[in-house]
Amino acid sequence: MDFLRPATWAEALTARAERPDAVPIAGGTDVMVELNFDRRRPGALLDLNRIPALRQWTRDPDGTIRLGASVPYARIIDELRTDLPGLAMASRTVGSPQIRNRGGVGGNLGAASPAGDTHPVLVATDAVIEVESAERGVRAIPATEFYLGVKRNAMAADELIKAVLLAPAKGPQQFSKIGTRNAMVIAVCSFAVALDVAARKVGAGIGSAAPTPRRPFEAELFAADALPWDSRADLDPRIATRFGELVAAAAAPIDDVRGTAAYRRHALSVMGRRTLTWAWREHQSSQSCQSSKELT
Amino acid sequence: MPTRAPDRAPRDLNQSATTGGVGDSPTRPDGSLKVKGEFAYSSDLFMDDMIWGATLRSPHPRALIHSIDVAAALKLPGVYAVLTHEDVPGHKFYGLDTRDQPVLAVGQVRHQGEPVALVAADHPETARRALKLIQVDYEVQEPVVDPRRAVFDPQCPLVHDDGNIVRHQPVRVGASPDDPAVRAQCAVVVSGEYEVGIQDQAFLGPESGLAIPAEDGGVDLYVATQWIHWDLLQIAPCLGLPEEKVRMTLSGVGGAFGGREDLSMEIHAAMLALRVGKPVKMVYNREESFFGHVHRHPALMTYTYGATAEGKLVFADVEIVLDGGGYASATPNVVGNAASLGVGPYVVPNIKIDAYGVYTNNPPCGAMRGFGAVQACFAYESMMDKLAAELGLDPVTIRQRNVVAQGDKLATGQVVEAPAPVAEMLDTLKALPMPAPADTSDLRNLPGSTANATHGEGVVRGVGYGIGVKNICFSEDFDDYSTARVRLELLGDTVGALVHTAAAEVGQGLITIEAQIARTELGVEQVSIHPADSSVGTAGSSSASRQSYMTGGAVKTACEAVRAAVFERIAQDHGRAYDDLSLAGGKIVSHAEGVIGTLEEVLAAGPIEQTREYHHHRTQRMDPFTGQGNSHTQLAFAVHRAVVDVDVELGLIKVVALDLVQDVGKIMNRLSLEGQLHGGSAQGLGLAVMEEIQVRDGKVRNPSFTDYLIPTILDMPPMRMEILENADPRAPYGLRGAGEPPTLSSTPAIAAAIRDATGLDLRRVPIRPEDLTEGRTDA
Repeated sequence: MDFLRPATWAEALTARAERPDAVPIAGGTDVMVELNFDRRRPGALLDLNRIPALRQWTRDPDGTIRLGASVPYARIIDELRTDLPGLAMASRTVGSPQIRNRGGVGGNLGAASPAGDTHPVLVATDAVIEVESAERGVRAIPATEFYLGVKRNAMAADELIKAVLLAPAKGPQQFSKIGTRNAMVIAVCSFAVALDVAARKVGAGIGSAAPTPRRPFEAELFAADALPWDSRADLDPRIATRFGELVAAAAAPIDDVRGTAAYRRHALSVMGRRTLTWAWREHQSSQSCQSSKELT
Repeated sequence: MPTRAPDRAPRDLNQSATTGGVGDSPTRPDGSLKVKGEFAYSSDLFMDDMIWGATLRSPHPRALIHSIDVAAALKLPGVYAVLTHEDVPGHKFYGLDTRDQPVLAVGQVRHQGEPVALVAADHPETARRALKLIQVDYEVQEPVVDPRRAVFDPQCPLVHDDGNIVRHQPVRVGASPDDPAVRAQCAVVVSGEYEVGIQDQAFLGPESGLAIPAEDGGVDLYVATQWIHWDLLQIAPCLGLPEEKVRMTLSGVGGAFGGREDLSMEIHAAMLALRVGKPVKMVYNREESFFGHVHRHPALMTYTYGATAEGKLVFADVEIVLDGGGYASATPNVVGNAASLGVGPYVVPNIKIDAYGVYTNNPPCGAMRGFGAVQACFAYESMMDKLAAELGLDPVTIRQRNVVAQGDKLATGQVVEAPAPVAEMLDTLKALPMPAPADTSDLRNLPGSTANATHGEGVVRGVGYGIGVKNICFSEDFDDYSTARVRLELLGDTVGALVHTAAAEVGQGLITIEAQIARTELGVEQVSIHPADSSVGTAGSSSASRQSYMTGGAVKTACEAVRAAVFERIAQDHGRAYDDLSLAGGKIVSHAEGVIGTLEEVLAAGPIEQTREYHHHRTQRMDPFTGQGNSHTQLAFAVHRAVVDVDVELGLIKVVALDLVQDVGKIMNRLSLEGQLHGGSAQGLGLAVMEEIQVRDGKVRNPSFTDYLIPTILDMPPMRMEILENADPRAPYGLRGAGEPPTLSSTPAIAAAIRDATGLDLRRVPIRPEDLTEGRTDA
């Protein structure tokens, strides 16, 4: 096995094109497990750790956050919790502190495991994955089109993940995950919700309950229509419950060692109900804060 | 003597930096090394010219082997040897007690992961590649996976020719539970079916070791085990060597919990080393480790109890089926424990217990902390709660009305001779303050923790109690004695003691206690611990919570002999006898006359060394038909109260408190002891809510720490503990073994608390989220 260590992004793209048998490695929190257990024997490892740009995040002129593929989860939690609360909450549930110091969203996307913790947030918030190849340059793939199947994504063999483009939160966001242990656990299933207050839209994402992360479109449309945007009144529990039911209906879970399909559906309905309730409550309190500020 | 020692071989652990006798809490001599990552575990052993061994394992739980073709593997450059059962130099079978286990599969395999062939190669990677080139012609057969069928169905295929029942142990006391006269005394009769999944020891240091071929044709083995001499008895015959040519040294042990009682890589590495003539190292990875050792027996248990209106037990009708998997391992003794402790620490006048251990093609099971008593404890404590609910009694009250006290009889007829203030322990436990309501401002206090599953919604608090009784030391007429050699000598101008035993330090802190005993008995500060090896007599196993009792007893006895020799020398030197001497601070003190000499003076004539064996009092086999007999050496009791917050909508759990009252007879080292009680309780928590090897059709589905979950610090609460010291007059210092009892009581206490919170009749551990949410329509 060769160990390739490009010093620049251009060199990395060239190496990727020349070595379709190479596996890119950044934090290594997924890849090293596969190698250690001999589940994978790549011809080469393409080490991306010498490329500083991958470990940076910047803000585009339009406000979009350009998150380098290797920015570790620990920094997302510390530095982006205000702009990207949903992603920060999901990052907080990844592995252990050591894993969060190493791993980043690029690895979640590259592995495309249905259980990847950040996927539901990415689909719920219309994130865009920026990939690049030496031959064809940059390509922007919406998160909803990125995942093709279990551990399969939309990338070509010569492409690398450069960044994830995310809009700063347009309203309250929530992420919730089920694990059978209170830390360091792979998701039995997970769920993200994001309110776009100005547009009166609701984004949502389901994790670990289908071959790919998916959006429960019917649930999103129902909530966007049913939430009392004008009155900012308390959320009718029946709306939250109905939302949860529609979330569960959108999933296609299986029975496996981590849980049953029936449990996953049930848990998604509870998470859907609770997270929408929390998000709405937060929306109410932020609105009332603003109002009181205006009054004074 | 070993021809050559490997790098990072164990050395004397000098405890000159620490002080403290019996009852103090000196820190452990290997502690800072372990914390700093400098401690040498058996996987760290190294020699420049060593090669690597690897094991080909069966992918099938049950299959015939028609042929094994090793030609392609042998041709791979870098491969030194490929061995099958035909290459086993001596006996082809071994086993803890029943020699039913092939060193390498002979004609068939009986469980997934059974060793079939071995490779030695210049690199672990080469060895792994060579394994893939070995062609095994398997004829796959339908595995036997239902343990009840193995017991009761005469048509069930045989896993071994001599039948599927490894041991059936009945217990019969008083009249039959079906006797109308017995039933007439009962105001209530309750029944329950209980199930315990397969728990793994999940030690952090996987199986590993180094075998070095010696010039005399023998082999030096550096391995991590629980009992050097019992290993030796099994290894030497398989290698076709006399025992003195197999020299064993204990290397750094990364946890054991029963999982190192059986052999793993020892014979294999020795075979390869003897064949190739080079040192051979073997290290399992985590996945292989799940197949490299036995697990806790899963159990199916059916209980019916009858009681009076006041809650006094009238009868118990119990059936326990323990699935031992493909080989016997410790199954006979696990059955003995489950049967003798089948109704736990309760007085029951009429008892019918039938405990079975069986062969199946499921993963092999054997020793694990609690050893048969854990499974029964989950069932009998669940039954006490069920009875309490039926009678409208408090769970503590029902237990206090039935629990044994000193002088009462266990189900085996054995009288509880030492103090057993269990009813009072429950009072103490009940009086401990309850935890405050959860502070929901920090997600870490809630079920699901930072995964943000609840902000308090759906969370209900429950409380549950559990009592455990565990037999300490080996039972049923087994003379598991221990040997200690203690040497007192001048080291320059100071006096030092060297303690040498074959007892395995597996993390429990035995070497700390050995040094404390030597300091107390000999009145010296400087004590070193010699590496445990086979050049001294057996110490028995580091299991059954027995080493403080047995090897502690041996060290104490050897120290007493050394002390007597010191007194003899001074009496000779002074030309007169004393009868009032003691040792303190390196001085020989006469009660009447004060200091009459120093150890330096006495030892100037040469070191004093004494070796002594320590035997516990004799026990009896259980009667094969009635189960009666004084089968146990010592009994130890622990009581737990669990407070659990359950998110009843999601089935997620946060154990808020797991408070403990335990009687240890004598606190030898409080720091070490508390560590054992915390660890034992945590292992019981793991069994209650998460730890399970999941098996389908005889195959393990989760052989990894990704999917075999053990508790983290966010799962295990801080513990409030009351430790009692009611001495057992027969034990050294009055101590009782302490490591296992909390593993018993914590599981049923947590299960009871979850039942209290949910109102559900939970019959199986570990309790999974779906067990709590099935049928809920509150989404």
